[in-house]
Amino acid sequence: MDFLNAIIVLFNFTVIPALAYGSQLALGAIFVTLIYAVLRFANFATGDMMSFGTMFAVILTYYFQSLGIGLGVLPTALLTIPFAILMMILYMLIIDKFVFSYYRIKKSPPVQFAMVSVGVMFVTQALIRIIIGPSDRRFLDGEKFIIKAAEFKEMTGLTEGITLKSTQAITIIVTLIVVSIMFWFLNRTKTGTSMRAYSDNEDLALLSGIDPKRVVLITWVIAGILATIGGVLYGLDKSYRPFVYFNNMLPIFAAAIVGGIGNPFGAFLGGYVIAFAEIFVTYAYKRFISYLLPEHLEPDSLLQLLSTDYKFAVSFSILVIVLLIRPSGIFKGKVI
Amino acid sequence: MRNYKNVIAAYSIMIFLIILVGIFQSWSIALTILNYCLISAVMTIGANIQWGYAGLINFGIMGYTALGGLAVVLVSVEPVKKAWQVGGLNILACIWIIVAIIFVVKFVLNRFDKSKLRNYSVASVILGGIILLRVTAAPGIEAIESVDPAKTGFLGGMGLPVLFSWIFGALLAGALAFVIGKIALGLRADYLAIATLLIAEIIVSIIKHEEWLARGVKNVIGLKRPAPYEIDLQTSEWFINLVTKFNSSKLNLINSIFDKQEALNQMVIDASSVYVKLCFTGLFLTVVIFLLIVTQKALYSPWGRKMRAIRDNEEAASAMGKNIVKEHLLIFILGSAIVGLAGAMMVTNDGLFTPGSYRPMRYTFVIWVMVIVGGTGNNFGAILGGFVVWFLWVEAAPIALFLINLFTSHLPETNAVRVHLIESAPYFRFLVIGIGLLLIMRYRPQGIIPEKIIKQ
Repeated sequence: MDFLNAIIVLFNFTVIPALAYGSQLALGAIFVTLIYAVLRFANFATGDMMSFGTMFAVILTYYFQSLGIGLGVLPTALLTIPFAILMMILYMLIIDKFVFSYYRIKKSPPVQFAMVSVGVMFVTQALIRIIIGPSDRRFLDGEKFIIKAAEFKEMTGLTEGITLKSTQAITIIVTLIVVSIMFWFLNRTKTGTSMRAYSDNEDLALLSGIDPKRVVLITWVIAGILATIGGVLYGLDKSYRPFVYFNNMLPIFAAAIVGGIGNPFGAFLGGYVIAFAEIFVTYAYKRFISYLLPEHLEPDSLLQLLSTDYKFAVSFSILVIVLLIRPSGIFKGKVI
Repeated sequence: MRNYKNVIAAYSIMIFLIILVGIFQSWSIALTILNYCLISAVMTIGANIQWGYAGLINFGIMGYTALGGLAVVLVSVEPVKKAWQVGGLNILACIWIIVAIIFVVKFVLNRFDKSKLRNYSVASVILGGIILLRVTAAPGIEAIESVDPAKTGFLGGMGLPVLFSWIFGALLAGALAFVIGKIALGLRADYLAIATLLIAEIIVSIIKHEEWLARGVKNVIGLKRPAPYEIDLQTSEWFINLVTKFNSSKLNLINSIFDKQEALNQMVIDASSVYVKLCFTGLFLTVVIFLLIVTQKALYSPWGRKMRAIRDNEEAASAMGKNIVKEHLLIFILGSAIVGLAGAMMVTNDGLFTPGSYRPMRYTFVIWVMVIVGGTGNNFGAILGGFVVWFLWVEAAPIALFLINLFTSHLPETNAVRVHLIESAPYFRFLVIGIGLLLIMRYRPQGIIPEKIIKQ
């Protein structure tokens, strides 16, 4: 019984949150990696683009709520995602047309692209703050919990309970659906193959008749879908605050590089690697251990490797270690 | 002299703009802007050395700035004796443990060949070291943080004059740059950018959360100043006499003695704040001019030519027998040290250390915009960039407010759009900076004052 309790504690406080957080990171990391693979630059506007898409979802959610349209137990935001994605793609295409395409045709070095994306970051951040303001917003409605701790305890008779928030379940399910469709698209369809060919060798792809404009367009469309869904899921799970999205860019970058930048599957797993590492290293194991050990051996301290203040620092340290030992990432990305 | 025409013109416009602020807003605000412009100029000199001279992309400017700020606390604050008594020993022991870990790791790396066993043993040494550190530090940190937590709760500094901290800040930042450079400089450009950005974030989070070091997010206020205090000036006779002398014509117009005294008091208060800021301006200007001369000399020395050669073609320079790794590391350290100096100057100017305020937006990306806008590879350009961008950063909000009021003046006061726009006026600075950067990158990628290469 004690052993079961210990497992439940670990599951409730580390595995479930890490899975949800990892899914959110994974979507962002695939976004970063796709842009890096096809358009060949590190996009510093990642976090703010995700925030931009989420902003539309937030505004539309408030609008739908005022109209009385909803999804019952599910959050209204899910209904608004398609519209938000459309707006996001439109914004990305405008940015690409007026900013990035010029440097792409000129074949500028990646550093210049990175600096341009910093400019885009500033503009996007300004637009977000001017349109919706910097304050904290919650836009979750519908049922909050799928399993409550008390119900779980009653059901199983254990002393520890599992809480499963509906946002966590939605995050994991939606991520799995989106990512599987995306991998199917990249690996099985002709357009996906042409995208991969373009990413591998631009000149050869051009020679075999692949239209670069179309590849770029489709990349931004996929990027828009990923960015918006990732952003909305994060916003539903925590809350929507523009500043936090900018900060989230850093673990997302870490996930993309740890997984091997330019490799979407690596980025997907990288998200979970970062999330699990962050949560496992900063979790206080006292309650877990106290179930496993006999009573007189119970530890006094929290048994926490690092305090939760260093959550971000953990993922960055992993990144630095990976860069040192295996710069191409765990799952072999583009060679650097 | 003809070559310098555009430089002189650009600087004159900048000074004219600051004087305009002095006339329309107040001289105190104008001097605050000028001081921050000078501090930004020091930062851009540092960033320009790395990016303009050597082509190294360093997105970790925030980390070095914060470290420079930390140096001010460590040097100038009086030591908290009680905290040292209760927990100083643990902290000293921790420093020794860190040194020991480094030596053991180095020993293992040098002694054994590359193998899985070596990797595991290094990892286990580091992990064991961290656990040992936590066990040693925990009681000490707890004791230190409980010493009068509302006021101190940290170890304090060395109690030296604050100007020493500028040097110490530069040294600290340089030492950190040495470590980071050893780790990260081999990476390709955009990886280096991301790695430095993340490492800076780690440094700031350490400064934020290690309260025994510098109170963390509880901030340190009332730091020493290299300039007199306003309160002292307002009571000292020579200063009042000076103000009377300067404003004698204005004062003579007032007839009643009571009103005259009132007016004089107000003038003394205003003048004292301006006087203090002028002192800072003098100090900062000295630093900027000194750095400008040194960097300018370096740029046109054989060393500067070597750096440019490495920047433009690494392979060719390497084939000519230049040690690229060593030169990159050196320039990384030099640039970071200058940024650390700027960080120390900024905290001295503010008189308070607020680790929570270090954000990459303000301390990394804005500085980068300054370098790009001003002109990479040209020190005059970089400094001008610091002035222009900081000026825009500060004045964008009032200008935006003015324009919003102008364009929405036909709308009623309570119009939702108007109210919303007026509320979001401060955020127009991001828009101005972002669009400015994009335009410069597109139409004048070499910056306002481009790099000039003197052929010999």
